[in-house]
Amino acid sequence: MVSATLASTDPAVPRSEPPRDIPGKRRDGRFFQSLCFSAAMLLMAALVGLILSLAWGGWPAFEKFGIGFLFSSEWNPVTDEYGAAGPIVGTLITAVLSLVMALPLAVGVAVFLVEFCPQRIAHWLGIAVELLAGIPSIVYGMWGLFVLAPWFAEHVQMPLVMSVEPGSWLDRLFAGVPNGANIFTASLILAVMILPYIATVFRELLLSVPSHVREAAYGVGCTPFEVVRAIMLPYIRRSAVGAVMLGLGRALGETMAVTFIIGNSHGYPTSLFSSGSTIASTIANEFTEATGDMHIASLTALGFVLFLITFTAIAGARLLLGAERYR
Amino acid sequence: MNGLSFDRHTRRKLANHVFVALTTGATLFAIGALFLILYSLVVNGLGGLNLHVFTLDQPPPGELGGLRNAVLGSVIICVLAMILAVIVGILAGTWLAEYGDGSKLAVVVRFLNDVLLSAPSILVGLFVYEVMVRPFQGFSALSGAVALAFLATPVVTRTTEDILRLQANALREAGMALGASKGHVIRAVIWRASRPGLMTGALLGFARISGETAPLLFTSLGNPFLSFDLTQPMATLPTTIFQFALSAYDDWRSLAWAGALLIAGAVLSVNILGRVLTRGSIQK
Repeated sequence: MVSATLASTDPAVPRSEPPRDIPGKRRDGRFFQSLCFSAAMLLMAALVGLILSLAWGGWPAFEKFGIGFLFSSEWNPVTDEYGAAGPIVGTLITAVLSLVMALPLAVGVAVFLVEFCPQRIAHWLGIAVELLAGIPSIVYGMWGLFVLAPWFAEHVQMPLVMSVEPGSWLDRLFAGVPNGANIFTASLILAVMILPYIATVFRELLLSVPSHVREAAYGVGCTPFEVVRAIMLPYIRRSAVGAVMLGLGRALGETMAVTFIIGNSHGYPTSLFSSGSTIASTIANEFTEATGDMHIASLTALGFVLFLITFTAIAGARLLLGAERYR
Repeated sequence: MNGLSFDRHTRRKLANHVFVALTTGATLFAIGALFLILYSLVVNGLGGLNLHVFTLDQPPPGELGGLRNAVLGSVIICVLAMILAVIVGILAGTWLAEYGDGSKLAVVVRFLNDVLLSAPSILVGLFVYEVMVRPFQGFSALSGAVALAFLATPVVTRTTEDILRLQANALREAGMALGASKGHVIRAVIWRASRPGLMTGALLGFARISGETAPLLFTSLGNPFLSFDLTQPMATLPTTIFQFALSAYDDWRSLAWAGALLIAGAVLSVNILGRVLTRGSIQK
């Protein structure tokens, strides 16, 4: 392609004239650039298409049920009445519960790997923690249903229910079918799933604290606990919020693992150990078996609501975590 | 006074010890969870794992069978998805790294790509259902591949951009100084220099999608028979596991465990392979 025109001996051609193949090359370069550009635009179109198609598919439900779609917990395919409140509440409860469980653990893991663990071992432990994030969610689901749920029912749920006074508020909190498939175990599984994401980001953040800041704190006699609590965590707090929201986004949208273990009942969850449903699990369970157009539209509308919730969390997380990437 | 300061000293020391113990406990919990899950996978999965799993199609309950149709379906759909994702992802990542610098549009694309990176996979399934399944009145392997491609592309794009940015500017300038166009330099020099990184991006994308179930439920659906027709429903390992695991039949469940072991093994080894290739030179 590149024809050698290095030594042009023809005196009629002035030296300053560009070589012959430049126009062709320029066309080639432009073609390649527009190819790359259209690939990038395709990505953008994908997200816009995602929003539009969910809004379009869910429109009949929004139109028929209006704003009440969000606040009614009636979900009845027989009478074709749909309200999203049950799954929405279930989604928020499981996500927040799992975050409450995962956050202290994740911070603990990150601090241990950065501060207390010999670097060689920390490398391998870090990889092990990241592998936890690599396990497919359906495997988590199976493990939750066949291993965690029976164990939980026998060793935690039954003893708890037996030991509390009937009729007390604790009894109401722990009420539920003792089969281990409930919103608490679903949140527990979710916590294990989002732990590695939060821990990995936290670890990188802690490593980004300048060593002179850390060493100065040690120099005035702080214990490692005080260094972490008073110096390092405040130093990374902005991005730390981003990391937490990223975990929240994961927990909100997680489907398969939750579908296996949450028990899949509509309506509001009534206690910690009652079955429930999330938006994602409802869609996964019912979409292919939907009875009519309004059922499908309502499920798509649920998807649209889930999109709005997760998009808020993820977008916030990305802005907090990588402000310099978007400048 | 002396006693008080001693007290405070002990208290601080004690608090520190408790803190170290708590963080160690958290790490043990995470590692323990990993090993517990792997342990139950191996214990429950190895029993059902034999040659029939690879040579026979999925059985009706109570009969001898395997997962051949599901394994092949998964391979076909994932490969198709990866072809799409690698093409779009590498080109888009190249645009972000090489052409988009300083433009507002590039910032928007980068941001949306990061959002897509963690978008719930079930919504991608709904999206592809709306645009590919509903208009053509039928579930198909092709729509499953497109859904998975949507999930893998952001991963490839992100890694490609990060990797291309790592290449020294001197390389670009040297190429240009020889008279090659910018596009030519990118293809012949920059891409070639970052080949291991691009491979890693593809592997990470593959690891992301190979265990995905939710987007396949309403796109490729599943199929009890061996099929190579891309316009028809096709079985995949995750959807078959989902169906078998929730069934009431013991032999189906043991097949589901075997399938779960297969898929977890595949995903984890791809993950490790990707890590070995870059040796931690890039961040996620």
